[in-house]
This record gives sequence, structure tokens and C-alpha cells, in this order.
Amino acid sequence: MDKAKRRTLKVLGSTLGAAAFAYAIEPLRAWASDMSLGELLQKHYRELTPDEMRAVLARLEADAEAKYGREVTIEDIRPTPGVELGYALNLSVCIGCRKCAEACHVENNHDRTTNNSYIRVLEMEQGSFDLEKGTTTYDHAVPSPGKYYLPVQCQQCDNAPCVKVCPVQATWKESDGIVVVDYNWCIGCRYCEAACPYHARRFNWSKPEIPAEEINPNQSYLSNRVRPQGVVEKCTFCLHRTRKGLLPACLEACPTGARVFGNLLDPNSEIRWVLAHKRVYVLKEELGTRPRFFYYFDN
Amino acid sequence: MSASSLPPPSAPGERPDSVLSYPKFLWSMWRLAFTGSFAYYAGMTALTAVALVGLNAWAHQLADGMVRTHMTDHVSWGLYIANFTFTVGLAAGAVMMVIPAYLYDDEEMHDVVIVGELLAVAAIVVCVGFIAVDMGRPDRMWHVIPGIGRLNWPVSMLSWDVVVLNGYLLLNLHICGYLVYMKYLRRRPNKRFYLPFVFLSIGWAISIHSVTAFLYAGLGGRPFWNSALLAPRFIVSAFITGPAFVILLLHVIRRFAPAFRVADGPIELLARVLRITILVNLFMFGSEAFTELYSGGAHHVSARYLFLGLHGKHALVPWIWTGVALNLTSAILVHLPQSRTNRTVLMAACVAAFGGVWIEKGMGLIIPGFVPSTLHEVVEYTPSLTEWKISAGIFAAGLMVLVVLLKMALPVFTGRISVARSSMTSLPPAAPSSASLLPPSSRGDVS
Ligand code: SF4
Ligand code: SF4
Repeated sequence: MDKAKRRTLKVLGSTLGAAAFAYAIEPLRAWASDMSLGELLQKHYRELTPDEMRAVLARLEADAEAKYGREVTIEDIRPTPGVELGYALNLSVCIGCRKCAEACHVENNHDRTTNNSYIRVLEMEQGSFDLEKGTTTYDHAVPSPGKYYLPVQCQQCDNAPCVKVCPVQATWKESDGIVVVDYNWCIGCRYCEAACPYHARRFNWSKPEIPAEEINPNQSYLSNRVRPQGVVEKCTFCLHRTRKGLLPACLEACPTGARVFGNLLDPNSEIRWVLAHKRVYVLKEELGTRPRFFYYFDN
Repeated sequence: MSASSLPPPSAPGERPDSVLSYPKFLWSMWRLAFTGSFAYYAGMTALTAVALVGLNAWAHQLADGMVRTHMTDHVSWGLYIANFTFTVGLAAGAVMMVIPAYLYDDEEMHDVVIVGELLAVAAIVVCVGFIAVDMGRPDRMWHVIPGIGRLNWPVSMLSWDVVVLNGYLLLNLHICGYLVYMKYLRRRPNKRFYLPFVFLSIGWAISIHSVTAFLYAGLGGRPFWNSALLAPRFIVSAFITGPAFVILLLHVIRRFAPAFRVADGPIELLARVLRITILVNLFMFGSEAFTELYSGGAHHVSARYLFLGLHGKHALVPWIWTGVALNLTSAILVHLPQSRTNRTVLMAACVAAFGGVWIEKGMGLIIPGFVPSTLHEVVEYTPSLTEWKISAGIFAAGLMVLVVLLKMALPVFTGRISVARSSMTSLPPAAPSSASLLPPSSRGDVS
């Protein structure tokens, strides 16, 4: 083969190669069109100045309207000093109706197609704490004889494995004890999901789909705003409600009053009374995660 | 760094200036990478095609989200992280060969060490690729850069992994780059500029694989991984895949680049390493399987799922038994007396060992960590077509990197390319460096 022929072939080859490359990356156009420079370069939540935070919130609100066709308010609500939130759940009363899971789904703007919720309710064998014998997929009238029900959501661990493992500090514990995720900082590695012993974290495998009229417009940066694709999210004890003195959505929805929520630092709170007077358990105590979610029985 | 201030090099003849020659060197390397025989072009085109298929699948995955994979909130890591784990072992194992060469001053080994280090470079590229495609938001990759981002160091094991993998890549690039460049200049490399890094890279090789093991072993909520034996097992299997791959690679080099003489000594030494590590690995594997299965209790369910299936679900059972069979086959083959005389037996043993460890350290390790889930739900996982395509694409790209690196380094090492020969422009156009990548018999059909 002579030089000229060789060159022609090379030119032909590289043209074909370039065309194939362009074809291969074509879907990236759709991906890139969904992103803005502001989003790409946004700083970590805890490094935003008040001015920057205002700009970010405005951008997120505009974004939500553009993508979901609904006007929403996104606030940045900070923890109240002197408050540490805790949750307790009465296993003698819970009937496994999953109203809490449903309320969570609606309140937190979960993806409709996957029917996501931060709460999983296990149907358990009476007299046993063996999770191995529990099931989350029961489908019959409740309560079923010989069973009790164990709702599990983020335990807001004081020694949280998920916080420890995050390579970019996209998840951390706030001063009121709530473990949060900066959805605009998470890189989607899912290490925290592997580390959580309570299956409390969810990943956005695709862009969440919610009809405009079903969106809950009262949102906050660190909790229930509609999450971007490719990041991890979790229960935040509804901090957009509870930091304003309201109760979590799951508690309000519970028909049996099995759930107790409050300030652990307030000696007169109901939750303190429960902790003082009931036999209280935490899940997987042996792991040393120190949950702020407590379970108890009536007698 | 400038080598011109060094004590006079002991190489005979002219002393080209190392700074001025560098652009020329880069140009020669560039030419080498893009010039070759018909076979070279055909091979690279095929690899490019596979890599592009992978790239396309990744582009779709980015646009549509990770739903394109079959991972779920229950099994949140799959084929990508499995391949990542395996390839870290390969990268570490490739450099382990450095140990006999430098610690025991085995002269013959010195020549093949460069092959191992180039393999390590390519393997790290593959590792980084698998991490990148497993991320939900690769556009935020910069968040891990210390200073600009917020690397959670030293608390997160994953950030340790970022640090040690990148460090390892730089180390090996420096060692290879320096040695090749000195060869190109026909100078004797100055020990001060590479020997400390060689010793560092030996320790570093151990560290990359231990840190990767700690990534899993440190999770208290995942009993299947939460074992102190995990890091030693990782190291032992790295001592299998590294030598096995290098033995195969040396045979390929013998065939395609006969000018680069590969002596029998190094191959036999690597085979001796294999004979021991394959047995040690089987022993450790057996002790873990025994503890998990015999003691019972909550810890054993994942192992039961892996080996026997659980509640009628057994997606991993065929995998792991194939892995066990491959490991046993390689153990038998490598101990047959024929493995010393018959190259085919040794190569078959290497292929079996490589496949066995790929299953055991990949799907056989990562997936059962998630099944059953932490709330004891049994949700199975089998990789999607997208995941297979992307994985194949990354391996193809890694192979391309390896071939190009070898294609650049070997002609320099055999003295065919050097500053004196003023790169390739002075070589006859019909049979440039490509000649060294083809056996003499097939040289006729080059271009
Ligand atoms: S329950 Fe899981 S997600 Fe919640 S704080 Fe603990 S480890 Fe983190
Ligand atoms: S998925 Fe996000 S929050 Fe979880 S460890 Fe990775 S970066 Fe951190």
C-alpha cells in the first residue's frame, strides 16, 4: 500500500470514527439540556451565604415550575437551638395499616410510579424480634392474628453510618438530630445506601414523576422539594413541618395514635414521659448506631 | 523534573539534553500509537467499536437515569462495583511482580516489571471508569477534589480510595514514564529518581486493595462483608489475577513483539507465585464459607443465598459454583507437572484462575452483601443489557490503553526507537515500529 492510499484510509477512518463518536454521545444532549451552570457550580449548602441561598432558592423554585408546572415555595428552615427531636412508636397499638407510609408519600413529593415512601412496615411474628421472619409485602386485612407490625424509617442515628461513609459530606447530622442530604451536592455513589442498616435511604433511579396537581407546594431545601435524578434522599422527620412546631405527616395520619414525637430536651414532653415509663427498644442496638427512633410496648 | 543537573550519566556516546528532547519524545510516542500494521488497526478499530457501544449505553443511562440498570434500593451496587473491585485487585497484583525484581534483585524480572506497571496503569483507568459510570451525578465529580470540593477525608473509606487510587496512578505513570524516557535518551536511569517510587508503589499496591476491602468490611450493617479476613483475601486474590494476567500478556508479547525478549525465568517465577496463592485463596475461601454456613445465625443468610439459594431464589448459585469450579480447575492445572513444560496448560490455568477470581471477587462478593437486604427482604439482581454494554466498553477502552502503552514502551525498550534514531521519520515507511508487534512470519502482509 502506498503512502497516499494509506493517508486516504486514515482520513476515512477518522471521519467514520468521529461520526460514530458523535452518534454515541447524542443522548447526552437531553441530559445536558436539563442542567444549568448555576446548578453545576453550586456550593455546598453549608457554604452558601444568605444572599447566595436566596438566589439558589429562587432558582430551584423557577426550576420546579418549569419542570413540574406547579408554583412552589422552597424555604431554608434551620434547626431551633435547644431542640433535639425524637420519635417513639407503640408496637402494641400499630395495626400495620400503612397510612403513615401513604402520608409520607404525599407529603414528601415522592415519585408516583414507584409509589415510594420513607417508611416500610414489616409484618412480624408475635413473640419474635427476628427480622428474618418479617415481611413488607403482606397483602391482606390487618391486623392479622398472631402478628404485630414494625414500621421502619430513618432512625436519625446519633452515630450514623451513612454520614460517616459519604465521600463528599453531602449528608450530615444537624444540631436538632436530623440527618439531612444536600440534594445538590450528592454525587449519587450510593455508599450511604449500602451503609444504612435500616434500609432508610432511597435513590432517584430516574426523574421523579408527579402530576402538577398532586405536588405538595410547601417545600424546604433539605427535605421535601422534588429531588433531582441521580441523588439519594431520606426521611427528615418532615423538618419543614417539625421545625415550625408542627407534627410529622406520618404521625398525623396514624389512626391509632401509635406515634409520639417531640423535643427530647424538654422534660415535660410526651416523648420524655414515654422514654421514662415504658420498656423501650431500639433496632439493631448491637451496631452502635444510637437511633433517635424508639419502639415500645404497652406493658 | 530536570535530569540535566544530575551527576554525569554513565551511558556511552552522545548525551542528548533531556529537556530539549522531551517534545521529540512525545511526538515519537504519538506516532507510535497511531502507526501500525493492518492487524493493529483492525484490533484497535474493533476495540473502539466496543468502547463506543459502551459510551452510547452510558449516554443513555445518564439521560434516562440509573433505571437503565437493574440495580434497586435493595441491591444498590451491581456489576459496575463488582468489576471495579476485581480490577483494583488486578492493578495491585500487576505491581506485586516488582517485589521479586527489586527486593531480590532478579535481573531478568527487571525487564518484565515495566509490563506489570503499564498493566497497572491501564487497570486503574478501568477502575476509575467503573466508578464514573456508577455515579448518579458524574457532573459533580469535582466535589471530591480537596480544596474545591469537600472530600470527607479521613473519615470515609471511599475518599481514601479516591486518594490511594489516584496516587497509585501517578506513581506508576511516573515510574514507567521515567524509565521509558531514559531508555529513549539511551541513558542509564538514575536510581534516585525511580527506586524510592518503586518501593513506595509496592506498599501502595497493598494499600489500594486493602482500602478497597475496608470499603466493604467497615459496614457493620452488612454482615456478609463485615469480616476481618476480607482484606487478606483481597490481597491473596490480587496475587492471583496480577501474575495470571501478566503470564498471558507475556505470551502475547512473545508472539507479537519478538524483539522484546521475554525470558522463561520470569514466567516460571510468576507461575510459582500462582501455585501458592491459588491454594491460599482456596483455603481462605473455604474457612469463610465454613464459618458462615456451619455456625448459622443471622450472619449466614447471605452465604446461604450465595451458595444454596434462599426462599426459592437462587440467581447467584450458578455463578458462585462456576467460580468455585474455575478456581479448583486452575489449582489442579497449575500443579500438574506439565504446567512447567507445556505452555498451553499454564495458560489454561491462568485463564481459569482469572475467571474464577472475577466471579468470586465480583458478583460473588458484592451482590450477596445486599441479599437479603438490611430489613431481610430477598430482592434479586441480574445485570441489565445496559450494564453489560457499559462494562464491555470500559474493558475495551482499558485494553486499548494497555495496547497503546505497550506499543509505545516496547520499541523503546528494545532500542528500536530512541533519540539517536530521531524518532520514526527515519525508519522505512513500509515497516515502521509495527514490525516489532508482528511475528517475523507475518511481516509480509503489512500494508
Ligand atoms: S437510619 Fe440509616 S439513613 Fe437514617 S441515620 Fe441511620 S444510617 Fe443514616
Ligand atoms: S449517595 Fe450521596 S449522600 Fe450518599 S454517600 Fe454518596 S454522595 Fe453521600
